[in-house]
Amino acid sequence: MSQPDPSFIRLQGISKHFGDFVAVDNVDLDIGRGELFSILGGSGCGKTTLLRMLAGFETPTAGRIEIDGVDVTTVPPYERPVNMMFQSYAVFPHMSVEKNIAYGLRKERAPAAQIAKRVDEMLELVQLADFRRRKPVQLSGGQQQRVALARALIKRPKVLLLDEPLAALDKKLREHTQFELMNIQDELGITFVVVTHDQEEAMTLSSRIAVMHKGRFLQVGKPKEIYEYPCNRFVADFIGTINTFEGTVTAVDDDGIAIESTDAGTSITALGQHDVAVGKPACIAVRPEKVFIGRDEPSDSSDIRMRGVVDDLAYLGNLSLYRVRLASGKIILVSQQNRQRSAERYVEWEDEIWVSWRPRSSIVLVEDR
Amino acid sequence: MELLGRRDLWWRRLIVAIPYLWLFVFFALPFLIILKISLADPIMARPPFSETVSADNFIFLLNDKLYAITYLRSIVLAAAATVLCLLLGFPMAYGIARSTPAVRSFLLLLIVLPFWISFLLRVYAWMGLLNNYGVVNNLLIWLGVIDQPLQIMYTDFAIFLGLTYSYLPFMILPLYATLERMDLDLVDAALDLGASRTAAFWDITWPLARPGVVAGCLLVFIPAMGEYVIPYLLGGPEAMMIGRVLFDEFYFNRDWPLASAVAIMLLVILVVPIVFLQRNQAREAESAA
Repeated sequence: MSQPDPSFIRLQGISKHFGDFVAVDNVDLDIGRGELFSILGGSGCGKTTLLRMLAGFETPTAGRIEIDGVDVTTVPPYERPVNMMFQSYAVFPHMSVEKNIAYGLRKERAPAAQIAKRVDEMLELVQLADFRRRKPVQLSGGQQQRVALARALIKRPKVLLLDEPLAALDKKLREHTQFELMNIQDELGITFVVVTHDQEEAMTLSSRIAVMHKGRFLQVGKPKEIYEYPCNRFVADFIGTINTFEGTVTAVDDDGIAIESTDAGTSITALGQHDVAVGKPACIAVRPEKVFIGRDEPSDSSDIRMRGVVDDLAYLGNLSLYRVRLASGKIILVSQQNRQRSAERYVEWEDEIWVSWRPRSSIVLVEDR
Repeated sequence: MELLGRRDLWWRRLIVAIPYLWLFVFFALPFLIILKISLADPIMARPPFSETVSADNFIFLLNDKLYAITYLRSIVLAAAATVLCLLLGFPMAYGIARSTPAVRSFLLLLIVLPFWISFLLRVYAWMGLLNNYGVVNNLLIWLGVIDQPLQIMYTDFAIFLGLTYSYLPFMILPLYATLERMDLDLVDAALDLGASRTAAFWDITWPLARPGVVAGCLLVFIPAMGEYVIPYLLGGPEAMMIGRVLFDEFYFNRDWPLASAVAIMLLVILVVPIVFLQRNQAREAESAA
């Protein structure tokens, strides 16, 4: 099918200023052909502006946008090989479902027979064949979204832009739509660029994620890389939950580092090479699911170990969540899978317990740059 | 429907009855009185109409060309003013609807600001602008565009300007209300799907703004049609509009029956297209639902 092309979409030094406000600040990015790429960030981080520049609704203040080797920086939206699914869906309220879907091809002045055939294909794809003559007001939110999707796909764009595609759907429909989108993407081989503020949405959908903050990319990588090896505190905090320990570096060697943490009241080690120096402050973090909880002292002395008291616990069926108060007063979060069904819960409220994790689960966080 | 108790039902009926009662007392009843007078003959008495019933006044109206011409002139002038109001009002309403909230409320204030001054005074001010030694003529002479003052005052053109000026806000406000509600993403979506800016306007903005266009046109056309003050002050002595004829028949000729017949005819001319438009809209709304 399509050849791998790592820089199918290429952004070079893209900036966008609105007056004094810098919405997007000198961003470079390559997106490969057929990728499902997510731009993840909070509101006002510049992700929507970036998407609108890809669509052609905004012109960059500086920089260059290439799609499939063609410079489209100043090309108007109606001449770009790009279509967009809007967050509001923007389904035309005065047109029937089929007229909405046909709109793009009509504007291309495609032959009527071809339009009819492609509309049928699209209705099939999004399973709306029975609704073709309905007006948008007669459709549910999820159905309107499928109309928007079909309408954006009918011209077979090289790139499909999706603005918060799942934000307005309820939980059940979200999961369904999520997989539907992935299937469609897989089937058509179109490059998807998704903008979202929802880290779970980004994690499950994407082949790669860019975490955006204040107009810049903090980290670009596969979902797993971003989750397991966040490059700084913001990313670590934004994606999932995390426990952080402040401290002073006591040892650095080729295998790892150690800090003496007052938060934890003990020494914490982490593997790998890090840009830190002895005597300087540093932060080590760990994800809640990497922490083990137990009544007995862990036997492996290389583990990071601390004593604590269970302050609170929540049984979620598949998981149990614990809030553990350390001797220093710091609260850490621990989650544990409930692998076995047992008559009594192993750890209870106010139990004195041990928490521990392996040094290779420790994440060293540098300050935000 | 036993959910509603008897008392609730009575309350409901009472509340619905109030506007109907209002319309009956202040519209239907006077209308019936006017209808009755229009069928009488003028006599020198008080009140100045007979108790007889005949269609003489309507026959007279239909046979006298002067009235037909006056109705026609009123329709043409009102329609021309409506079209110009739409051409001026649409971009203005669009601009207001798309400006930032702070600017928007300021612009809306500017639109309604003229209402602070009496309508009569504003029309008088146009006399000062348009007469032979008025602001417009002086400016054109000073610029060297013309040597002799143009006769603008006391022409149909002056009426046309006066109508357009006076009723422009009634076009802008309903248009603004529909355009402001419109989702901007719709236009972006059309552009994204390959429509040029012009195509996006005709495919998306215009059809969605149509309820506002219809409301604005009715709000301008109906009162402009029966306008009395503007043709009286800005129009020439023979540039009659139907509102002025109505007034003259009633006030100077004291021919109440004929004046009533003129009013009934005016109502018929206005009501027929409105009913047609409303049925059209109702049908559209039905097909959408």
